[in-house]
Amino acid sequence: MVTRLAVRSDPLGNPEQREARARLDGDTVFLVAVYIILSVVAVVAAYPLVYVVSASFSSPLALVSGRVWLLPVEPTIDAYIHVYENQSIWMGYRNTVFYTVVGTTINVILTILAAYPLSRRDLKGRGALMMVIVFTMFFRGGLIPEYLVVRSLGMVNTVWAMLIPNAIIAFNVIVMRTFFQTNIPDELRDSAFMDGATNTRFLISVVLPLSGPAIAVIILFYAVFHWNSFFQALIYLSNRQLYPLQLVLRQILIQTQVDEMVGSDAGFTERVLRGEALKYAVIIVASLPMLMLYPFIQRFFVKGVMIGALKG
Amino acid sequence: MSNALREFPPILRKDSRRLEWSRSLKRNYDLYLMFLVPLTWYIIFRYLPIYGIQIAFRDFVASRGILGSDWVGLRHFRRFFQSFFFWRLIRNTLGIAFYSLVVGFPVPIVLALMLNEVGNLRFKKLVQNITYMPYFLSLVVVVGMIVNFTNPNYGVINTMIRAFGGDAIPFMIRPDWFKSVFVLSNVWQNAGWGAVIYIAALASVNPELYEAATVDGASRLQKVFNVSLPGITPTIVVLLILRVGNLLNVDFQMILLMQNSLNLQSSDVIMTYVYRVGILEGSYSFSTAVGLFQAFLNVCLLFGANSTAKRLQEASLW
Repeated sequence: MVTRLAVRSDPLGNPEQREARARLDGDTVFLVAVYIILSVVAVVAAYPLVYVVSASFSSPLALVSGRVWLLPVEPTIDAYIHVYENQSIWMGYRNTVFYTVVGTTINVILTILAAYPLSRRDLKGRGALMMVIVFTMFFRGGLIPEYLVVRSLGMVNTVWAMLIPNAIIAFNVIVMRTFFQTNIPDELRDSAFMDGATNTRFLISVVLPLSGPAIAVIILFYAVFHWNSFFQALIYLSNRQLYPLQLVLRQILIQTQVDEMVGSDAGFTERVLRGEALKYAVIIVASLPMLMLYPFIQRFFVKGVMIGALKG
Repeated sequence: MSNALREFPPILRKDSRRLEWSRSLKRNYDLYLMFLVPLTWYIIFRYLPIYGIQIAFRDFVASRGILGSDWVGLRHFRRFFQSFFFWRLIRNTLGIAFYSLVVGFPVPIVLALMLNEVGNLRFKKLVQNITYMPYFLSLVVVVGMIVNFTNPNYGVINTMIRAFGGDAIPFMIRPDWFKSVFVLSNVWQNAGWGAVIYIAALASVNPELYEAATVDGASRLQKVFNVSLPGITPTIVVLLILRVGNLLNVDFQMILLMQNSLNLQSSDVIMTYVYRVGILEGSYSFSTAVGLFQAFLNVCLLFGANSTAKRLQEASLW
């Protein structure tokens, strides 16, 4: 303390002070570099998204001639009108909404049914039951054996294939269990039992109302999973009437493109022009629900990852 | 009393354990009933397939069932090892796996360390929110964006290349570009989100350590390397082990979407091969054997990584 005061009162500055000033400059340079790099990272991360939005509002001709860089060129909403008129997109949308709503409901119910008993320290054999679940996080039967089970249950080409084979994700059970363990005090249970409540009654009227945030977390986890998944549909569904949005998207965004590159036939420009306009708009329309939920999703997801990381 | 207890301890303990069990069963029977529902699901959809792995050693014919199909031992494995595809699949799987490990693993760590230095909370939140966003796009959308951005005729990336005087590159049909395009777009989609866990770990580093380092005259950069980085090393090690244990499960759904007949030679990995041969061509036994081979390699890598980490450091999974 004494030396520091002395340093400050020395007008010429001694070696120590000069060193401190040099360090400060070094730190400033470092900080400026960090801010610059992070700004570049943010721009690079955001640019593709901005481009998609701008492209979806640009005229197809401007797109194809490469005039769209940042902002919409020759603004138009034709692309969105094309999307609106496209029957298969709407069908996919309806299917995906159905799979997401019904699938998530099943997910959440089953996850709670697994997580609550596992959260109870007075449950005999809960270690073994926990092992049953954790084991499957490391060892699975693999793609083909799982496919064969679903097929032998007659679920292929039915909506059940989209709802049941992934009804529980072990990570979410752990998130839920950890929440129950750390947020539902034992005393609460004891007093409820004193009043003659059963476990079921206690779960429904005390535990669940207290678990709003955790339930929100797993609802979002599962809903995002359903909305974005395409692989289940790819292996289990061949009936186009059941296709979720992601498979329709795959056709529009990815498969046509390869055809175009491999060989171009007559009527090429016409198709390309319409197709190009549609592609970016359809990306926006398909991602919109997730982007609208985004503020919640990112807040709750972070929370979920933290709870899950604690493992309990 | 204490003498009596000492005389028959094992029996007493057994008795009390049985008593505890019956009390738990009586009081918590509905908890067991609750668990029965997910347990049934787990048995059917997770454990039945594990039982079904044995078709890798049989010639599975659906109409004859698993046990009715002929036992053929290691024939499918031998056929795979000798097949034309074997070395190509190994090369691609390992190549993509290590490429994305070397590039993809450090990026979130560096990002988190940099964000940790930022004092302006608004700026920090903004950068975080922007970098998280791609994580919530679906794989189909991300691959759709890649395909359209790299279109040789009017994709924005090729437009830029031409603007700088270069020639357009048809990225998606060039095998030599496949791995880079895959790894870089993967980093774009996942780096921001991957940083979350490190940011949390950094927040729990003891602030006194930073103060002590400041008193010792450490610069900010020195503090990053001597306080922050050691503070999150256990987290890094655990995540690295988990990542190595999953190394070969390269994001095959994304690869599958990016795959086409022209880039197949560098984009075909074990899992996409399993999908093609198993689901599309219906060779169930053979493709199960191929999948099992990969699972075996994964387990070896997991144990290898864990024991290496144990030897080098305190941190390990078990």
